[in-house]
Amino acid sequence: MDFSFTADERAFQAETRAFLDAKLTPDLRRAQALTPSVFAEPDVTLRWHRILFEQGWAAPAWPEEFGGPGWSVAQRYIFEVETALAGAPPLNPLGLRMVGPVIMKFGSPAQQRFYLPRILSGEDYWCQGYSEPGSGSDLASLRTRAVRDGTHYVVNGSKIWTTHAHHANRMFALLRTGDGPRKQDGISFFLIDTSSPGISIRPILTIGGDHEVNQVFFDDVRVPAENLVGREGHGWGYGKYLLEFERGGAMASGRLRAALRAVETMARRYRDGEEPVLGDPDVATRLSEIEIDIDALEMTELRVMSSLQTGQNPGAMSSSLLKLRGSELQQAISRLAVAVLGTDALFFEPRRPLYALNEPALLPDDALPVVAKYLDARAYTIFGGTSEIQRDIMAKALIGI
Amino acid sequence: MDLTFSPEQILLRDSAQRYLADHYPPVARPRIATGEPRNRAQWREFAKLGWLGLPLPEDCGGLGQGMVEVGILMQAFGRSLVTEPYVPTVVLCAGLIAQAGSQPQSHAVLPAVAAGESLIALAHVENRARFTLTHVETTARPDAGAWILDGRKTAVLGGADADHFLVSARLSGATRDRSGIGVFLLRRRTDGLSIEPYATLDGVGAAVVGLDRVATPADSLLGGSHDAAAILEASVDRAICASCAELVGIMDAVLDATVAYTKTRIQFGQPLAANQVVRHRLVDMSVACEEARSMALRAALIADGADVAASALAASAAKVKVARAAELVAEQAVQLHGGMGVTDELNIGAYLKRVVSLGAQFGSAEHHLRRHALLSGRGRTAA
Repeated sequence: MDFSFTADERAFQAETRAFLDAKLTPDLRRAQALTPSVFAEPDVTLRWHRILFEQGWAAPAWPEEFGGPGWSVAQRYIFEVETALAGAPPLNPLGLRMVGPVIMKFGSPAQQRFYLPRILSGEDYWCQGYSEPGSGSDLASLRTRAVRDGTHYVVNGSKIWTTHAHHANRMFALLRTGDGPRKQDGISFFLIDTSSPGISIRPILTIGGDHEVNQVFFDDVRVPAENLVGREGHGWGYGKYLLEFERGGAMASGRLRAALRAVETMARRYRDGEEPVLGDPDVATRLSEIEIDIDALEMTELRVMSSLQTGQNPGAMSSSLLKLRGSELQQAISRLAVAVLGTDALFFEPRRPLYALNEPALLPDDALPVVAKYLDARAYTIFGGTSEIQRDIMAKALIGI
Repeated sequence: MDLTFSPEQILLRDSAQRYLADHYPPVARPRIATGEPRNRAQWREFAKLGWLGLPLPEDCGGLGQGMVEVGILMQAFGRSLVTEPYVPTVVLCAGLIAQAGSQPQSHAVLPAVAAGESLIALAHVENRARFTLTHVETTARPDAGAWILDGRKTAVLGGADADHFLVSARLSGATRDRSGIGVFLLRRRTDGLSIEPYATLDGVGAAVVGLDRVATPADSLLGGSHDAAAILEASVDRAICASCAELVGIMDAVLDATVAYTKTRIQFGQPLAANQVVRHRLVDMSVACEEARSMALRAALIADGADVAASALAASAAKVKVARAAELVAEQAVQLHGGMGVTDELNIGAYLKRVVSLGAQFGSAEHHLRRHALLSGRGRTAA
């Protein structure tokens, strides 16, 4: 057992930090810090994506044959933590972390040749067509239908909670192509060009005042048959494979630690008389409580990483556990930030994006996104499988019946 | 970075679990209830297995292993509800002597500890100290080249049958000053030293130790130090690491038992574990176990490094997380066992008692949360 990184890993860490110092510009950091929604706007993330792409670091987890950097598990972890601590905007994961791995594993050689380079470079921007108005946690009950018509499928129905559908040029979607004995049967995985005729998008505003998600309508949309991934009717298995990446693919402790530091810095600035709010014993212990929870999450991540590195299976529960605790902590931090604001929590800035306001805002940069962040962060325990679904998954692994 | 166990560590874990399962009394209640003098034969077996010298220096008959290895052993102890005073004797006292004692002191005592011939108890806690480690009212005044000790110590773990005591006393300064604290090594049979044993809820046993004009020679002052606060804190931090690992073993055992019970107990025509409310409770217990395992291991790994400040922070963090997690898991284990959980017929209650006992030792979770905040520059001292 060894709790320190190797000399090579430390050198890589130094290289990453130097790269971030040089290439992660102050305006990119500021844009990310002032983003209340889960994902930053593409004008921010794509700028950072292109910088990483030029460096060959856009897709840390991809195999080298598809353009990945060939990093070890530890290197990927270090990169993830360092970029998060530096306040880099997380890249849109829908292409790089979600549909990319599905295309690598189940896509045809032609699909791999066409889509993967465009995901890697950021040329294509993806959204996810999973949930429907009638199918949330019970995803397999989905009813948006794709009916074969010669060389095409004709799609009718609606998808919802579609993050950045209004920015995306592509969507991967689970669609019903048949009805089997189980509702999971007859679901297929498609790649759809969102400029196809018959697709319309309705924005949905979040309680934080952000336009991040949408409802997408399909009205006789014709999708070429070659855009089917793998075999017709086997999409559920591919979709589940993808969800593993959505839940466990990202290590959250670095980002959580950066967020907690921002709250602590703000608590040092806010005053209670002459004293900083950081001197309030309740605020102090809440900060420590969350920091300890992050320590526990980080250590669990490192244990998972170690198992992966030595070729061991980290266990069926680990990705759900990390998703569950990471999302709860995200919310705890945002809740504490609101508490630090005191009555400043009453201000609400409705204009977006916050980093591009032309006139002075009501609050300084550190306080400006706090309430909207808290409100938007309620979604963390809902998307990617609610906390209740994660507990169902873990219960099956734990209890076995 | 490699957080997987080495073959030697796996061997230690497996052999400890196997030995305790085969040779240690499986029913905890009689051990806890009788409070009879400890069976020294068991303790000597632990010595033969190499457990008593595990973290002690090699030149004193020890194996020179770290807190990670101690933690592996402690997890097995927790699972089997071992009531021998391992933490007081080996981790706290022998650790203090190894760290702060002079060479003659170490060589006089530690080989006997490793061989299972000597039990040592730390007489440090005082009635009004609460959890403040520097609270020492017991006095030591110089007298013709010796020291005279006066005071009263409580919660002296394993004090009932200890052969030696390490006694903290104030050589100078006010009651809670950091400086001016010394630690003395005393034999059990010392004039003026009185021992009032009492039973503890977990069967380990403790004592109140009185010091009435106890005369002790100058060379009994550990390391000759008048400034033992830091070394006491470091020892208690290691004891926290060890007890957190023990709690992880306890949590694993009660979770296993509770999963097994709720799968077989039929109510309303189905196993209890078929109900979502029970399933999610079990998951929350399991998450608490995993987070506790992470924190206990983290504290042990950091304790085995050289950074004292980081070790203190990690020990407090572990105590906060693990003590709370253990409370949740043990209380919910009782709850999910229903009426049977409240009886003395299962071990579940014995585990809960141990959780309560360990929660109160070496500073409560709340105390360590405040300590963590202060060590991090938060709270009233924040600038």
